Amino acid sequence: MKELSEIVIPGELRYARDHEWLASAPPHRVGVSDFAQDQLGDITYVELPAAGAVFAAGGEFGSLESIKSVSALYLPVAGKVTAINEALRDDPGLINRDPYGGGWIVEIAPTDPGQAASLMDAEGYRRHLGETA
Amino acid sequence: MSENQRAAGIGASGLVLEEPLLWERGRPGRSGMSPPRPGVPAAALPPELAGSGPDWPDLSEPEVVRHYTRLSSWNFGVDTGLYPLGSCTMKYNPKINEKLAALPGFAGAHPLLPEEAVQGALRLIYELEGFLAEIAGLSAASLQPAAGAHGELCGMLMFSAWHRRRGGGRDKILIPDTAHGTNPASAAMCGFREVKLPLGPDGILEAGPVAELMDGQTAGIMVTNPNTLGLFESNLPAISRLVHERGGLVYADGANLNAIMGRVDLGKMGVDAAHFNLHKSMSTPHGGGGPGAGPVAVGKELAPFLPGPRVALRDGRYVWNRDPPLSIGRLHSFHGQFAVCLRAYAYILSLGPEIRTASGLAVLNANYVREKLRTAFDLPFGRRSLHECVFTDARQKKHGVTTLDLAKRLIDLGYHPPTIYFPLAVSGAMMIEPTETESREDLDAFVAAMLRMADEAEREPEVLHRAPIRSLAGRLDETAAARRPRLTGDMGVGHA
Amino acid sequence: MTFRYFPHTADDIREMLAAVGVDAIDDLFADIPPECRRDRPLELPGPLDEWELTRRLEEMAAAAGGDWRVFVGGGSQPHRIPALVPALAGRSEFLTAYTPYQPEISQGTLQAIFEFQTLVARLTGLAAANASLYDGATALAEAALMAIRIRSRRQIAVSGLVHPHWREVLDAYLRPLEGTRIVTLPPGADGRTNLSPLGELPEPAVLILQSPNFLGFFEDLRTAGEAIHAAGGLLAAGFSEPFALGLAKNPGELGADLAFGEGQSLGIPQSFGGPGLGLLAARAEFLRQLPGRLVGETIDNRGRRGFVLTLAAREQHIRRARAVSNICSNAGHAALTAAVFMAACGGSGFRKIAQANLDLAEYFKAGLLRIGFEKISGLPTFNEFALRAPAWFPARHAALRKRRVLAGLSLAEYYPEYPGAWLFGVGETRDGADIDRLLEELKP
Repeated sequence: MKELSEIVIPGELRYARDHEWLASAPPHRVGVSDFAQDQLGDITYVELPAAGAVFAAGGEFGSLESIKSVSALYLPVAGKVTAINEALRDDPGLINRDPYGGGWIVEIAPTDPGQAASLMDAEGYRRHLGETA
Repeated sequence: MSENQRAAGIGASGLVLEEPLLWERGRPGRSGMSPPRPGVPAAALPPELAGSGPDWPDLSEPEVVRHYTRLSSWNFGVDTGLYPLGSCTMKYNPKINEKLAALPGFAGAHPLLPEEAVQGALRLIYELEGFLAEIAGLSAASLQPAAGAHGELCGMLMFSAWHRRRGGGRDKILIPDTAHGTNPASAAMCGFREVKLPLGPDGILEAGPVAELMDGQTAGIMVTNPNTLGLFESNLPAISRLVHERGGLVYADGANLNAIMGRVDLGKMGVDAAHFNLHKSMSTPHGGGGPGAGPVAVGKELAPFLPGPRVALRDGRYVWNRDPPLSIGRLHSFHGQFAVCLRAYAYILSLGPEIRTASGLAVLNANYVREKLRTAFDLPFGRRSLHECVFTDARQKKHGVTTLDLAKRLIDLGYHPPTIYFPLAVSGAMMIEPTETESREDLDAFVAAMLRMADEAEREPEVLHRAPIRSLAGRLDETAAARRPRLTGDMGVGHA
Repeated sequence: MTFRYFPHTADDIREMLAAVGVDAIDDLFADIPPECRRDRPLELPGPLDEWELTRRLEEMAAAAGGDWRVFVGGGSQPHRIPALVPALAGRSEFLTAYTPYQPEISQGTLQAIFEFQTLVARLTGLAAANASLYDGATALAEAALMAIRIRSRRQIAVSGLVHPHWREVLDAYLRPLEGTRIVTLPPGADGRTNLSPLGELPEPAVLILQSPNFLGFFEDLRTAGEAIHAAGGLLAAGFSEPFALGLAKNPGELGADLAFGEGQSLGIPQSFGGPGLGLLAARAEFLRQLPGRLVGETIDNRGRRGFVLTLAAREQHIRRARAVSNICSNAGHAALTAAVFMAACGGSGFRKIAQANLDLAEYFKAGLLRIGFEKISGLPTFNEFALRAPAWFPARHAALRKRRVLAGLSLAEYYPEYPGAWLFGVGETRDGADIDRLLEELKP
C-alpha cells in the first residue's frame, strides 16, 4: 500500500470524508480517491445506480467489490445521477489505474450547487487522511 | 524431526501428476457403469416432453478412477497433515464412523418409512438430541439444521417467533465486532438489523455497552463463546441477565465449542439457544465444504419453538410428534443430516463423559503452540486463550512480509495455513487451532516451521513472497477470476 | 484411560504443561468464572471401544429400515450406486479437507466442484450453477429469496404440487419477513397445477413449480413460464428426481429462469433423508444473486490453469448482514460424490438409467391398473405416479408392511382433494420380476 506522501490528490476536486471526490465544475463527476482505491486493492466489480436515480447527500449510490471486501459508495452531495461510467462494467480496474480520470463512477446534477462548498479541498483532505491513518 | 524432513524443508513434497478436465478425457459411447437391464418393455415420453438429456462426457471406469484419484492428490486434508485452520476445528475424523454411516440398514433407509420400520434411526435421533442437550447444559435439541449457519437461522427464526407471541416489535439484534459473518447474515434473513457491539480492551465483551444498546426494540444478542479470538466471554452471565431483564434472548454460536465441552454450562450462562457444528467439535468430516450439521439446543423457554416434526418416546416406542403447536416448522427436506448426525453419535459414544478430555487437550495444544510462538510473532491479546490463538504479522510486516506470505510459505513447509485475516478486528490475523488430535512431536514440527518462517522473513523475505512453489498451483489470480467470472467449462467438440 | 484419538501420553502432558507454565489442564480454564462452569459430571453413555460401538450401531442399523423393499420416492429415491463412487469420493484427501479457502492446496476439490457446476448447468439447461446448497427444500427457499431480490417484489406463487415438505421449509424461511406473501396455487383436477389464480396476483416475484410434481405428473413449464413472464416475474422450476432430465426437456429449454432440485439420486445414499444435495442454477444475468460458494477458473502465477472460490463479495464472510444468503458450509462432499456419479454414468449412461426408470414405472403402473387401481390423470409421468387405490388396497398395504414392504405412500395426509390416492415409485434397483412379485403379493 502507498505511503501517505505517495497518494495523489488533485487540487481542482472536492472530497468527502468517505473518500469520494466531486468535480465542482460540470460535468459534476463523482469517483473515489487514490487513497480509497489503494486501500481497496484490485476492484473486481462496480455496482452502479440507474441513470435518473436521486440521492440525498451521503446517500448510498452503489458499491465497489474487491476480492476480500465490499465498500459502499456515498454521494458527496445531494443530486440526480445523469450518467454512469459504462466502461467500468467491463473494466472495473479503471478505478485502480486512473481514479480521477477514466475511473469516474457517475455524473450528477447536484440539487444544491452550493453544497459542494461543505466538502474538503485537497489540502483539507490530505489533512483528513493524516488524522485517520 | 527426521533426516528426510530436514532435507526437504519440513514437510516433504512428492510427485505431482497433471490431470485435465473431465470432458477433456473420454469419448462418446464409453461408460463407467453397468447399464440397467429392467427386463420390461420400453416406454417413451410424448414427443413434446422428450429432450436429449445432458451432454455429459462418456468415460470408462478406469478413466473416472484415475481422474478423481489424481484430483485427490492435489488436496490437503486432516489425514494428510496438521490443519490448524482456526475456528474450523479440523480434528481427526474417525474411520469407524464412516464405516458405521455406510451400514446398509442406515444408508438404505427411506425417510418416509413408517415408524415401525425405523425404530433404530428414530432412537439415534432421540438419543443424540439428548446427548447434545446434556453437553450444552440445555433442555432440548433438534437435529434438523443442516449446518452451523442453518442452526443460526433456526435460532433467529425461534427468536422471531418467540417475540411475535409477545407482541413483536423487536427488529434489532446485538452482534459483537468479532462475530463470524454468518451471524449478521442469519439475523438479517429473519428481518433483524445488526447492532454492532464493540469488544472491551481485553478482547471480550463487557456489560456496559450491552446495557447501553439493549432496548425495547432489540430481540437479543448473538455471542460466540469462546469468541473468535479464542477468549472466554466471562461476562456472559451478567450480559445474559441484562438481556433477559429487558425482554431479550441470548444465542450462542457453538463454532468454538471444542474448547469447553463438559466444562461449562450454557444454561447457567443464560443461553437460550445454541448450535453445534458437528463437523467441528463432533469430528464429522468437513468434506471440502460440507455436508455438516448444525443441531440447535435450547433452554425451556424456546423448546416449544424447535423445528418439527420431533421424535418422542412413548411407551418404549419412538414416534413422530408431527405438529408441535408453537414450532417454527420444518427446516430440512426430511429429518436433518442423518448420516452426519450418526457419525457424531458414534463419536460421542466413543468418548462418553471423557469428551471433556478432548477439550482439555485441545486447549493444552493451543496454549503450547501459543507459548512456543510468542517470542517470534505478535500476540495482540495477552490473556490466556482456549482452543485457538491469534497472532498477527506486525513483526514480519517490518520486513515486507504479510500474513498472506506466511500462509503460502507454510504450504511449502507441509502444513495447511491457519485461518488468516479473521477476525477482521485484528489486522493481519493468523488464527491457529491445532485441535486435540495432534501429537506433541507434530506440534513441535509445526512450531519449527513457523519459527523458520519468522527467520526467513528477516533474512530472505523473497522466499516468502514467492511461496508456494511446491504445490501443484502457485498463487492464483483471484482478481481475474472475479472480474470475468467463468463458472462452467466449455465441453467443446465431441460431447455435443 | 487412553483414547486412541488422543496422542498424548502422561509424559507429554506433564512436559507440555510445564512449557505453558501451569500445573494441570484444569488450570488452563482458570479464566472461566465459577458461575459459568458445569457443576455436575456429564451424563453420557460410554466410552465404548470400537467393537462395542460397532455392535451397538449394527443393532440399531438392523432396525433402521434399510432392508425394506420400498416402492416410494417422494423426494428420496433409491438408485444404484456403482462401487467406484464411494471409493473415490471417500478418499480422505477429499473427505477430510475444509472448504477450499487456500486454493493452492485445494485444487482437487476446486476442479471437481468446477466440473460439478458445469455438469449441473448442462443438466438444467441454465448458464450457471452454484457449488450446492443443503438439500432440495433449502434450494427452493433460496431460489425464492433470489427472485425477491432480483425483481424487488415480495409475492411468491408456489404450486401446491411442489413437495409438501419443501413448501413447509419455504413457509418457515419467509414467515418472519414482513411484506412477503406466499400464494399457493391449487392442484388441478388433471394432476397439474391450476395456474389461473396467477392472474389475480399483483406483482409476483416468481412462480415456483416442480416437474414432475409430487404426484409424478409433468407440469406444463412452457405455458407457466409465459404466464409468469407476462406478469413480470421469474419461473423457478424444481425437481426431486434429476433422472427425469435424462429423458425430458430441461428447465432452461422450457423457459425457466432458475432451476432448483434435490440431487440425492446422483450417487448419494438415502440415509433416512440426509444429507441430500441442493442444486441451484440460474440464467447468466442472475449470477451475482446466486447464494453459496462458486468456483471459477483462473490462472496461477506460473500461467497454469487453476480454480478458486470466486465472487465472494456476495457472501456472508464479506458482506455480512447484506450477504445474499447466510450459507457457509454447503453440501460440498455430496456435490463431489454426485460429480463422480455423473462422470461414471456419462450422458449416454444417464439416459439409459433414466429410460429403465421410465420403463419400469410404466410396467408397474400398468400392473396396478390391471388389478383395480385407477388413473387420476392421463398425463405422462416418469418414475413416480399417483393412482386412486381400490377399497381393498389399504388392508393389503398394511399386511405387506408386516413383511417389510412399503408398497406406496398414502396421499390422504397431503392431498385430501385426491381421495384414495397413493403415490408409487420404482427405479433401476428393481426389475420386471420384482414388480411381478409385488403385484402378486398385492392381489386381494
